[in-house]
Amino acid sequence: MCGIVGLYLKNKKLQPKLGQMFKPMIIEMTNRGPDSAGVAIYRNPVKKGQVKFSLAHDDASYDWKKIDLGLERSLKCDATVKKIGNHCLLVTNAKEKSVVDWLKAHHPEVRIVGSGQMIEIFKEVGLPEAVYEKFHLDDARGTHAIGHTRMATESAVTTAGSHPFATGADLCLVHNGSLSNHNRLRENLKREGLEFQTENDTEVAAAYMTWKLRQGRTLREALEDGIKDLDGFYTFCIGTHDGFAVVRDPIACKHAVLAETDDWVAMATEYRAISHLPGSDDARIWEPEPQTIYTWEGHA
Amino acid sequence: MIELDLKSEGVRGVNSRLHSLPKNTNQRHWLLKNPQGQHAIACGLDGPFTVEIAGHVGFYCGGMNKEAEIIIHGHAGVGVAENMMSGLVRVTGNASESAGATGNGGLLVIEGDASSRCGISMKGIDIVVGGSVGHMSAFMAQRGNLVVCGDAGEALGDSIYEARLYVKGRAENLGADCIEKEMRAEHREELEKLLERAKIKAKVKDFRRYGSARQLYNFNIDHADAY
Repeated sequence: MCGIVGLYLKNKKLQPKLGQMFKPMIIEMTNRGPDSAGVAIYRNPVKKGQVKFSLAHDDASYDWKKIDLGLERSLKCDATVKKIGNHCLLVTNAKEKSVVDWLKAHHPEVRIVGSGQMIEIFKEVGLPEAVYEKFHLDDARGTHAIGHTRMATESAVTTAGSHPFATGADLCLVHNGSLSNHNRLRENLKREGLEFQTENDTEVAAAYMTWKLRQGRTLREALEDGIKDLDGFYTFCIGTHDGFAVVRDPIACKHAVLAETDDWVAMATEYRAISHLPGSDDARIWEPEPQTIYTWEGHA
Repeated sequence: MIELDLKSEGVRGVNSRLHSLPKNTNQRHWLLKNPQGQHAIACGLDGPFTVEIAGHVGFYCGGMNKEAEIIIHGHAGVGVAENMMSGLVRVTGNASESAGATGNGGLLVIEGDASSRCGISMKGIDIVVGGSVGHMSAFMAQRGNLVVCGDAGEALGDSIYEARLYVKGRAENLGADCIEKEMRAEHREELEKLLERAKIKAKVKDFRRYGSARQLYNFNIDHADAY
């Protein structure tokens, strides 16, 4: 099962309501995925030269201040941390790679769940409503968000195995379906230097995308390559810095529906997740075709 | 017209109410409000009623329908009119995959586009689509008619038995054992009637007919590659 949802606001006036509009979408998908939930929200871009990291730790009382101070001391940079649930947003002017290496060396228990200029990723085991509230997303303003409710089939129910999975700066992926060649692909990607936190199939798809993008492929090219190399069933929703993309496997049996009005574009596993949005009654609604890459970007 | 609110009464409540109607009821015209994409709305109806649904519906709407006329004013999710026995289901918008799957009879009209696997394993239902259909439509179709006024996606009529497929636009490609066939007078007459019943405007002369080459009825080792 699993449920995926995405909302992209074309009308700037709606941006203060993003969190409020997105909430019923993800909650409606609860019975498709009651194991865990996650949201990637695009908001509050950092200044040029800064990077925003979404970090997670299993212990909700973890002291993030020591990351802040440790980073500033070791990398001679500015850093701020903001704790949200058992996650933390770290904004720093240090080089992204130096931060990643430093965290790995000094705080391997801290998981980097996303990074970029705008993206913030929050994910946790539990019911979508509880997860949403835990990260105070109700009053979130922003341009777009994608979310996932998980019913685990390929690997354990853990926070690390929850979606979205980051695939690069301001990029992330949610997946409904199951990949059948993820074990072999994981081994190939490990040889290319990619690292994995879980046994999860979607993490492999995310790493595959990361690898392709690092090689200089555009998002569209990386997705086209993915259609050839990823074997299995999938509907993917991919969050980008200024929009989102949707792609389905050649058989296209994992449900997906798209809806568009003058004010917004929404995707969901089932239409009922979209029905709460204002203007949905008059939206243009259709099922995305297989092996076809749909993208929305640049309105905000 | 009697109005029922799906939001306050729930799908089960509304469906039970429609199921409990005696066939000779005078309450023949119903309007279901607030469908909000819920699944299995107006499933298993059995009687000559008209049920209009004001909005977009979820999966399996109008499934197993017998005799009733169901009009969906909006989009229909997966498996609309699945296994319909008789009657009419009309969708004014687009429909998701597997529309009219395994249908035994009746008429399904989709005024917009249908998606993949439209009419999969159809067993006597007639389906008229105002727009296009996706890949694997009429897969293993056994009986009935599928009329497509737009284009048909890949592998149209794969492993088809005796259903008739009429396509006005382009068929991307034909599935195993599906071939183009001659449009004879009886087919033109049949298509004319179907379009009229569906209230879809199109010229019969613009359509091509496809059907079974009847080569895959029995397993033949020489055809192993075609399966």
